[in-house]
Amino acid sequence: MFAHEFMRNALIAGSFVGLACGLIGYFVVLRAQVFAGDALSHVAFTGALAAAVFGLDILAGVFAATILGGVLMGLLGDKARADDVTIGSLFAWTLGLGVLFLTIFTTHDSAGNGTAGVRVLFGSIFGLSGSEVRTAIVLAVIASALVIAIARPLLFASLDGAVAAAQGVPVRALGLGFLALLGLVAAQATQAVGALLLLGLIAAPAGAAHRLTVNPYRGLALSALLSVGSIWIGLTLAYVFPALPPSSMIIAAAVGIYALTLAATTRWEARAWLPI
Amino acid sequence: MVEAAIFQRLSWNPLTDLHELFAYPFMVNALEAGTIVAVMAGITGWFMVLRRQTFAGHTLSVIAFPGAAAASLAGLPLAVGYFGFCGLGALALGGIAGSRRSLSAESAAIGSLQALALALGFLFVSLYHGVLNGLDSLLFGTFLGITERQVAVLLAVAAVAVTLVAIAARPLFFASVDPDVAGAAGVPVRLLGFGFLLVLGLSVAETSQITGALLVFALLVTPAATAHQLTARPGLGIALSVALALAVTWLGLALAYFSIYPVGFYVTSLSFALYVLVRIGRSLANRRRTTLRLALEGA
Repeated sequence: MFAHEFMRNALIAGSFVGLACGLIGYFVVLRAQVFAGDALSHVAFTGALAAAVFGLDILAGVFAATILGGVLMGLLGDKARADDVTIGSLFAWTLGLGVLFLTIFTTHDSAGNGTAGVRVLFGSIFGLSGSEVRTAIVLAVIASALVIAIARPLLFASLDGAVAAAQGVPVRALGLGFLALLGLVAAQATQAVGALLLLGLIAAPAGAAHRLTVNPYRGLALSALLSVGSIWIGLTLAYVFPALPPSSMIIAAAVGIYALTLAATTRWEARAWLPI
Repeated sequence: MVEAAIFQRLSWNPLTDLHELFAYPFMVNALEAGTIVAVMAGITGWFMVLRRQTFAGHTLSVIAFPGAAAASLAGLPLAVGYFGFCGLGALALGGIAGSRRSLSAESAAIGSLQALALALGFLFVSLYHGVLNGLDSLLFGTFLGITERQVAVLLAVAAVAVTLVAIAARPLFFASVDPDVAGAAGVPVRLLGFGFLLVLGLSVAETSQITGALLVFALLVTPAATAHQLTARPGLGIALSVALALAVTWLGLALAYFSIYPVGFYVTSLSFALYVLVRIGRSLANRRRTTLRLALEGA
């Protein structure tokens, strides 16, 4: 398995992407902003295709779109839940734009590019080149370092915004910066698992970590560990069974771990599950 | 000229164009299907926005994609996959909402469910070789090739769903606005929540056959959000939401027919433009009211 260069590239890049997703995912779940991650994944799709249509670098398009999208979302809603509807309307439209770009791109270019949309949506981790791997590592290290750097005040601001603000923590700026950082991680994960699946890598390992421990630092580490573990399991499965797409297997592994954690930590009371 | 290139088929004579729109059976079918879908999405979307279940609604609409992919893999009619998966998804979401966890745990669970659905969808599509063009239409929809039989099925399902919502409308409204008081008054809040998700699943399964799994959400959330901006009265709001959904669907279909760009782009852009206009109009009106009040208080 390690003899193939594409596999080594996928494992190395995947590990770093997983690390960044796991770390930021812990805060995304803590702040109940998974929906924002969902929206950003659609923004990533449109950004990539817009860049393709205008002949720009696709990766640059994704980064510009998701970071902008993150900041825009931060400006639109300062309460965590109040503006779900605005975010939803905005990203439904973004997706419509993405479809427009997809149509322009596939009708204007020769048939060889017909799969561009699919690559963006579902990733191409087995097709990464050496330089793409290096970019992924550098960006993941930067993103992870930033998350760890702001971890303490961000934790404070997320748990009790009012008290944190009274203590002089710049709550609003932190929230904005956090969403921009989420945009960065989302763009990076788009390469590995695709725009549509990155949500799983952000939500599932972090959800499991939150179930397993209430200690935030242990939770952060656990979330990163589970995320990297899911990438390894997924890549191994996709290598052993070549018919299975790697991105699907990575997400299946992440959600599988999450489901196991839920099952193991739930006190099974039949009453709680009845609809009445 | 740009318009000439984009709207190649438009003669710019409204009567001729309107006549041409209804000249082909496939277009008539598309308009009929679009009408049914818009009415249903307008109604269920209004309750979805009221209940602040946008994330759950979006997840349900995404679940339509693996449903369709699984059905094509198994050689079943697509509708079976759409309805089966959306029904299962509604049950799972109902379970998540019913387990009364914290907000963050709930959002993690919904997000994981959605990612799993997409991963499964992509897996099924990969196992079912050579459907890259099919994949685009599963995700983004096509209004071409809707059969009369499909329209009949859509109508039947829509009738069931709309009747269910109509029967439960009053208690559902009560339970959505104030679940605690409604529960104390004997309204079965959790059962209603479950039932609503199932109806939402039905309407998503319907809508995605026309708009594709990724664009259902535009028809569900945006017209309803616009209606909520305009009025707080439930009856008027639902009527408005349906009217807006109908308008953007018809206009979108017509524009897509005459131009080279996809229907999803037009529907999402039109509804978003309406939403933005209404938001701007409302904040302007609010400002004027405030200045007026300040002026009166000053005088």
